[in-house]
Amino acid sequence: MPSLDDLKKRIKSVKSTQKITKAMKMVAAAKLRKAQESAEKGRPYSQKMQNIILNLTKSINDPQNAPKLLVGTGEDKKYLCVVLTADRGLCGGFNSNICKLAKNNFKKILSKGKDLKIITVGSKGLDQIKREYGKYVIKKFSFKEKKQITFKEANIVGNEIISLFNQNEFDKCILFYNNFKNVITQIPQAQQIIPTEVNKTNDTEEKIFSYEFEPEEDEILEDLLPKNISTQIFKALLENAASEQGSRMTAMDNATRNAGDLVDKLTINYNRSRQASITKELIEIISGAESL
Amino acid sequence: MSDKFTVEIITPDQSILKSDASEVTIPSYEGQMGILKDHIPLITFLRPGLILIKDQDENKFYVEEGTVEFSNNNLLILTSTAKDLKNLDKSLINNLLEQAEKKLQDSNSTDKEKYIVSYQIDTLKEINR
Repeated sequence: MPSLDDLKKRIKSVKSTQKITKAMKMVAAAKLRKAQESAEKGRPYSQKMQNIILNLTKSINDPQNAPKLLVGTGEDKKYLCVVLTADRGLCGGFNSNICKLAKNNFKKILSKGKDLKIITVGSKGLDQIKREYGKYVIKKFSFKEKKQITFKEANIVGNEIISLFNQNEFDKCILFYNNFKNVITQIPQAQQIIPTEVNKTNDTEEKIFSYEFEPEEDEILEDLLPKNISTQIFKALLENAASEQGSRMTAMDNATRNAGDLVDKLTINYNRSRQASITKELIEIISGAESL
Repeated sequence: MSDKFTVEIITPDQSILKSDASEVTIPSYEGQMGILKDHIPLITFLRPGLILIKDQDENKFYVEEGTVEFSNNNLLILTSTAKDLKNLDKSLINNLLEQAEKKLQDSNSTDKEKYIVSYQIDTLKEINR
């Protein structure tokens, strides 16, 4: 049985932890609103961009000469995985979920005997991945000091990926990030960006347009495809930022509640042992008086 | 109204405009291009210039680059630089103008870049007037 003093100290420490988690929750909630807004505002751009590319893909009649970024190198040997995580911890399962999904994919890729290369964005993902897959990491980015993610950051990552692709360093590129569904649900996702994935589900409903191109089709694709990659990365970064704050908010909310429960439990314990010691003293006094 | 189609201007950060229009003029890569209802499906690039959207009233947007898609009577303009002319102040214009002129002087710029920048300067000067 811990002494009364010990219990008192523990209650105090739990209470101060609770204060911290509560403050973090509030900060996350405030940031979440901003992040969520920019994620939602950014969605149409990336979706429409993807749409245009899809329509373009459909209208290509000579796949042999199509840009490699669109149709891939035709091989399936080298994989580049881009893992997007947060730079800060204490956000529940946010980072672990992405890493878990990524690691599962790494295992699959390696077990098939393919080459694996990893780029990490955000330091937390790197920490989790480098223990097992450290030797595959070829490049790491961190935008810790940036308060708001802008297109510029996405462009840096995008350009790196494209230059690697032009050097023939990989055949397929997969993005790992958390998709922000709502405050409590974030879904870790793997999205293949090179070659561009063509959605086959709604093929039949959509009409295939024969577009008029100005300038030529190739020129448009040449310009649009790198842009699309940066756009997709930008989208992933925005979704990630919103997810991180959402995840942190729920995690800190839970922590605050758990701390509250703990304080209640400890207070009951404290009162009980205080009462016990009083009763013990009374018995001692009474029995002492009786023996006289 | 039957002679109208929808226009959307979207940047990576937000959707700037979604409205009906009867005529839109865009600074396409190979020249000014007017778009009316039932234009055939089209994909093109923008060079620096002004987007002119005509409905009851006229709206002008300054753009530097972008991609335009027209299909199903829906004009989609994806750009990262669209600015409503009404919100564009003088100092910003002069700032952009200065940058553009520096770029034009730069010997490292390719001919293609110079071509684009020269349009940018023309447009900015026109706005300034």
